[in-house]
Amino acid sequence: MAAETTPSPGPTFDKVAEIIAENSEVARDSITPDSHVTEDLGIDSLDFLDIVFAIDKAFGIKVPVEKWTQEVNAGEKPADHYFVMKNLAARIDELVAAKAA
Amino acid sequence: MRLEYFQMIDRVVSLDGDAIVVESRVPEASPVFEGHFPGHPLVPGVLLVETMAQASGWLILGRNNFERMPFLMTVKEAKFRSFVGPDAPLDVTARISHEGSGYTVTEARLTSAGKRIAEAEILLRSMPFPNPELEAAMRANAARIGLPGYAA
Repeated sequence: MAAETTPSPGPTFDKVAEIIAENSEVARDSITPDSHVTEDLGIDSLDFLDIVFAIDKAFGIKVPVEKWTQEVNAGEKPADHYFVMKNLAARIDELVAAKAA
Repeated sequence: MRLEYFQMIDRVVSLDGDAIVVESRVPEASPVFEGHFPGHPLVPGVLLVETMAQASGWLILGRNNFERMPFLMTVKEAKFRSFVGPDAPLDVTARISHEGSGYTVTEARLTSAGKRIAEAEILLRSMPFPNPELEAAMRANAARIGLPGYAA
């Protein structure tokens, strides 16, 4: 019987967590895959803008924050879909893949 | 340039793709110089940052056709290399280094008679105009400084 293991959050999660720690007062150790960027980590809109800029640069993408926010406000997507760390990392992976395609 | 009205830009020299060049002349006298500093008038560094931010803002407004108003959010790597006193001619260039979703980053540089004065990386967030008065005032200002496409 295999031992239960926690799946590795992956390099994108690690990089985003590092960026958040560098651009806010949130300690790297307190960021988990299940952390909600604003509700759990308390990132405000200005820090979030700096974080998005750093993500754009690090991954060579343009995170469509305005589109995401509109979708959440319109009730088309739950906020967790974009703003929980493991999901944010997945969305970034999708953007990177779409750019490479 | 009218420091006390935050009217930092006199004229747009060029707006070309992702870059703008503007010029301005520091006034000979201003109440600002009475405090900064008595007997030794210097344009405050924060107003040099404001000048670079306004140049960046005109660049963004020229590109987005006044769809949204840019607001200053972050200033990074600001350096002040030399003093600027009354009557100094100023040349400011701002170039877009990154265009994100709802925000723009510029690299701005300010010189006087060819001498490097200040530079900064500036992040501005573009938001819908909060009211028609501001948009009208910005369009009137664009005509005053000769923003291409909006000259009086």
